[in-house]
Amino acid sequence: MSTTFEPNVLTTEAKRTTTTPRHLHVAGIASLMILALFAPFYFYPFLLMKLMCMALMAASFNLLFGYGGMLSFGHAAFIGSAAYIAGYAAKEMHLSPLLAIILGMAAATAVGWLFGLVAIRRRGIQFAMITLALSQLIYFIFLQAPFTHGEDGLQDIPRGTVLGILNLGNSLTMYYFILAFTVAGLLFIYRMVNSPFGQVVIAIRDNEARATSLGYNVHGYKLAVLMIAAAIAGLGGALKALLFQIATLNDATYLASTEVVIVALVGGIGTMLGPLAGAAAIVGLDWFFAESKFPVMVINGLVFMACVLLFRQGIVGTIAAAIEKRRMQGTEESKDA
Amino acid sequence: MSDTLNAILPQFFLGLVNGSIYALLSVGLTVIFGLLRIVNFVHGAQFMVGAFLSYLLLVYFGIGFWWSLLIAPLVVGLVSAAIERSMISRLYNIDHMYGLLFTLGLTLVLEGLFRYWFGSAGRAYVVPESLSGVVNLGFMYFPRYRLFVVIASVVLCLGTWLLIERTRAGSYLRAAHENPQLLRTFGINVSLLLTATYAFGAALAAVAGTLAAPIYQVGPFMGTHIMVVVFAIVVIGGMGSVKGTIAASFLLGIAETVTKIAFPQAASMAVFVIMAALLVLRPEGLFGRQESTR
Repeated sequence: MSTTFEPNVLTTEAKRTTTTPRHLHVAGIASLMILALFAPFYFYPFLLMKLMCMALMAASFNLLFGYGGMLSFGHAAFIGSAAYIAGYAAKEMHLSPLLAIILGMAAATAVGWLFGLVAIRRRGIQFAMITLALSQLIYFIFLQAPFTHGEDGLQDIPRGTVLGILNLGNSLTMYYFILAFTVAGLLFIYRMVNSPFGQVVIAIRDNEARATSLGYNVHGYKLAVLMIAAAIAGLGGALKALLFQIATLNDATYLASTEVVIVALVGGIGTMLGPLAGAAAIVGLDWFFAESKFPVMVINGLVFMACVLLFRQGIVGTIAAAIEKRRMQGTEESKDA
Repeated sequence: MSDTLNAILPQFFLGLVNGSIYALLSVGLTVIFGLLRIVNFVHGAQFMVGAFLSYLLLVYFGIGFWWSLLIAPLVVGLVSAAIERSMISRLYNIDHMYGLLFTLGLTLVLEGLFRYWFGSAGRAYVVPESLSGVVNLGFMYFPRYRLFVVIASVVLCLGTWLLIERTRAGSYLRAAHENPQLLRTFGINVSLLLTATYAFGAALAAVAGTLAAPIYQVGPFMGTHIMVVVFAIVVIGGMGSVKGTIAASFLLGIAETVTKIAFPQAASMAVFVIMAALLVLRPEGLFGRQESTR
């Protein structure tokens, strides 16, 4: 096999949208926040909470793939381990939900570190295959480990009370609890990508050899991003375990990884709000087809295929490109005038 | 001594049988990857569809094993060729990740449809009459059918390797891998070559499915786990070499079942652990230099 340095097509496929003007960003995010605050009074809160957990997981995948250039097919390992550990901490150790979430995230980060140890030196497609194989390994460990209760999973995980005042059993309280974490997670990713650290990560994605020659510790950066992404996916998994009050093997199968990939792709790889849009689209789609007998798996697969063939920029990517185009036309017209 | 042998030998042969199935799948995967630069995630589903077609041919049409061995790969190969022509061929000029993502979507569709039509339960496929019974190998008895699977797999894998290394069509394949543009200049229809290669790899998966039907249960998700194992094998064997892939398939099939003796619970993890250990100890791969995957 010849070693060629083709430019990474991802960079052209999924342009970063930070080129859109700042006031649009601020306005968009502010209106989203207001929408999120009042949404549970108009929509089914449970669906919205599921949506936010999915958005966190997809944002983690997006950080890894869209900004770090690492295609992970092993997200189920992070989500599953966080769900199990958080569930175990809340149910068997009677810890508070906050502690359970922190422990879940720590478990996911540890799994991310292990993945990095094995997979970080391989790029592109190999990385995807290795993470898939490793997540299958984690799945079998969960299948065998006594504390996960095998096929039954952890049932009746208590949501508990936060700091002794917020009773998460109340679904509105739970909603704002999850919302706070989701906003924090997405803001954290946003800040990170736009920090010097994040810029180096993007540079490594675009041209690893050049980043190495500039003296950056490429493997160190990649490992750090992988662990951060694992922690955020773990946050999603831990919240999901508290929300559904169960942690089962379903969270650890390759289908769980697949769902994360679909959400990120539909929303738009390499965009900040893509994971939210993708989660909304997929949750809406599942809800829409919940009544019909047609299997969700097939619908997800078809959406996936259609996205890869026809809609690679995703929802947010397409919108951003349209805005960009109009702005370019606008500037040209003002030049003509 | 003889006791340990008595424990190891059956497991060893069982490993050979699993290795045979792995080898057929990973050779198809490697051939497709070598030319198309696409990781064909749907390979496991093609294996499953091959097994299901054989099962349906038997149950609904009374068509036996030997005809299935011909019909199932033909059908899967033709349908795959159509899919390659109409959809996958559009993905060659963009990042190769998209090929992986597309075939993953296709996998979901196929597995979802088969589960919808036939339910999740596995179905048994009767071992063909002509291959039932056992063979006395002198030191142990071995089911005749399983021996046939091993032989068939070795013949097919060697055949594929010879086809690529020793024939004119194979030389075109290798040339297309090196420099497709130049090959086009010589008047070779490269896009047809790509379609044929994809159909061939998919047909191999269907052959593996037909062969596996009497051994494993035929079910919509029979390809899922085996696919991930085959991915790990391909990573271990080096993504480029057919020979390395064949060797790795048999070795890991055996390693997996022999692990069962010492650690029964860990058998299904053995391949992944070996892969992880290799990647940590020899990051540059088994055979020296690391292949570029871009």
